[in-house]
Amino acid sequence: MTNTTLRSVISDARLVAGKDLRLEWRSRVTLNQLLPFALLVLVLFAFALDPDRSVLKDATPGLFWLAVLFSTLLAIQRAFAVETVDGIIDALRISGLDPAGIFLGKAAGIALHLLVVEAALLVGVTVMYGASPSGLLLVVATSIAATAGLAAAGAVYGVLAAGLRVRDTLLPILWLPVVAPLLIGATQAFGSAYEKSSGAGWRWCGLLGAFAVLYTAIGFVAFEPLLEES
Amino acid sequence: MTSSTPGQRAGRFDMHPDGTASHGSRVLGSILLIAVAIFLIVALVASPPDGAGADAMGDMVRIMYVHVPVAIACYTAFMVTAFASAMYLWKRTEGWDCLAAASVEVGIVFTVLTLATGSIWGHTAWGTWWEWDPRLTSTALMFVMYLGYLALRRAVVDPQSRAKQAAVLGLISFINVPIVHYSVDWWRSLHQTATIGRLDPTIDGLKLFALLFGMVLALLLYAWLMLHRFRLQWVETQVEAKGLDTALAERRAEAVADGGVR
Amino acid sequence: MDPVVRFRAAVCLLGRFPALAGVDLDVNAGEIVLLQGPNGAGKTTLLRACAGLVKVAQGEASVLGVNLVDDPKAVRPLVGLLGHATGLYDDLSVSENIRFWTRAGGASLTDADNAMARLGLDGRLASVPVARLSAGQRRRSALAVLLARRPRLWLLDEPHAALDQAGRDLVDSLMVDAVNAGATVLFASHELDRAQEVADRSVHVVGGTTQPSGNVGHTSEAVEVD
Repeated sequence: MTNTTLRSVISDARLVAGKDLRLEWRSRVTLNQLLPFALLVLVLFAFALDPDRSVLKDATPGLFWLAVLFSTLLAIQRAFAVETVDGIIDALRISGLDPAGIFLGKAAGIALHLLVVEAALLVGVTVMYGASPSGLLLVVATSIAATAGLAAAGAVYGVLAAGLRVRDTLLPILWLPVVAPLLIGATQAFGSAYEKSSGAGWRWCGLLGAFAVLYTAIGFVAFEPLLEES
Repeated sequence: MTSSTPGQRAGRFDMHPDGTASHGSRVLGSILLIAVAIFLIVALVASPPDGAGADAMGDMVRIMYVHVPVAIACYTAFMVTAFASAMYLWKRTEGWDCLAAASVEVGIVFTVLTLATGSIWGHTAWGTWWEWDPRLTSTALMFVMYLGYLALRRAVVDPQSRAKQAAVLGLISFINVPIVHYSVDWWRSLHQTATIGRLDPTIDGLKLFALLFGMVLALLLYAWLMLHRFRLQWVETQVEAKGLDTALAERRAEAVADGGVR
Repeated sequence: MDPVVRFRAAVCLLGRFPALAGVDLDVNAGEIVLLQGPNGAGKTTLLRACAGLVKVAQGEASVLGVNLVDDPKAVRPLVGLLGHATGLYDDLSVSENIRFWTRAGGASLTDADNAMARLGLDGRLASVPVARLSAGQRRRSALAVLLARRPRLWLLDEPHAALDQAGRDLVDSLMVDAVNAGATVLFASHELDRAQEVADRSVHVVGGTTQPSGNVGHTSEAVEVD
């Protein structure tokens, strides 16, 4: 990829991500629906596991990332629902935007929404489950790496399902098995961040980063043919 | 889009008047039938039970002669899908799409067999039907992943869109297989070591023969199933293409009916 | 000079349905050509094929020198398509939508502002979310996007639909202006009286095929003969 193409990809990505943030600012879907949903999931976990603080505290890393995973599904569906109404997919195809730029922009938009959700969840588990992390740096690094991976894979599978009538039911079965390694890695990394032993945590964090890089690369290549057929 | 006449296409159907079999596949099928009988005798009767060492499996070793071969067949099937998907994206010919689709369906059958035999082994070895064994767990995830592939194929109507989307998914799914496998492996390695499918490397004699025989059989069985499944898939696309000629004629006839002819 | 649009026995499939079943069409530079025909005749698919959005499965097709059989994507930056859908984000305002799509196409924001002014969208309407617009106002916004992108070939699918009298006049003058600026226009319409006035000639589309074209007056007579 030449320098100029890369620059146009990035400027297209900024345009698309900026548009998505503006859409969110106008519609407040993340703020009014996604955030309450994520916190609701935390409450539901407490119902399912008894409000025993020690159980919830021990399970915090896994429950946190499960809540993130479910919220991400909704975020992906929202991100591509706005692109599939009223001929917008066609408009995107003839717009002159680089498909790789659209991919990067959509992934960045999803990632930013997720980071907000994760911040709220972090406060949620601290207050409701009584779990406070000892390795804050590892928590932040894990969140960023895992979010990048979730968003990149989400943008790939989101556009794959976008044009189908069964997209809402097909997306989870396609996307969840793929991000299972992210759930494992992020849970393990959080586990060591919450239990003060950061040794293996950083290795898992590195795995998350590698996943994010891999799926960003896949998105660069695969988004164009998928956008074409959606 | 083939441009062959309806007559030629009818001829292709005449080649297999009673199904997807041909002379070659019938011979292969018969050989397989006999071979399976021999295999069962070797695996269940002739070969000795596992008796050496502290973690000896006894008669339970026999399930390995089925479990390991079907697992290899299911990985082979998904590898073929990935290869055919890549070839489709390169060549854009429907044969590769048929191959990818057929191989996933046959692969799913072998995946179910892998999970079932693994679970039976787990029941006797560990006393539970499901243990979070890394290989079984990652196979289960792979199973769901390829069910998703089939669900996608069912959801897309346009044949070319379906082929292209499925090819991309077939490739990405195969990239996912090792990622899922190693992450699950790493996850479980903290907890246990005994894993299904880890045979004593010094195994010899009839036991080794039974295992190798099983592997050859499973791959041949895969090939035999693929012959039939691929032909069925191919005939389906030909029916679609035959429909196209009719559809074109019908579409053009609208103009005549409308009166806008000159 | 090569024609801007050149189709020979072109077939396009929607799923397994041959929406175009053998189209022959020539449109020369600077022409305004009207596509007429009954519902479901294939006019929309023909316009979308010209925009590189529908693959040409058989036959030959080229638009603005781009071979649509080999590389339909290459033609997209050169054309502007107004379809039945408007391609606008409901939650964004009119000006945000027009600016986004203009920048996406690489044109300048001045073009966006000029286009909005030309379509009467620079006043109160500019900051209204598209979701609250009427059908006619949405179409005006979509036309503004198209105008700002300065396409060399305008592809309009029933541009007069949903518009009021002033809006229809505006569409006609936009087409004439586009041609005067060196572009070419291919449009489909059921408003034959109005459309035939602005078009140089018309082409009849029936059953996914084109009938031989004449000038406007003759073609309309031919339709009535049966």
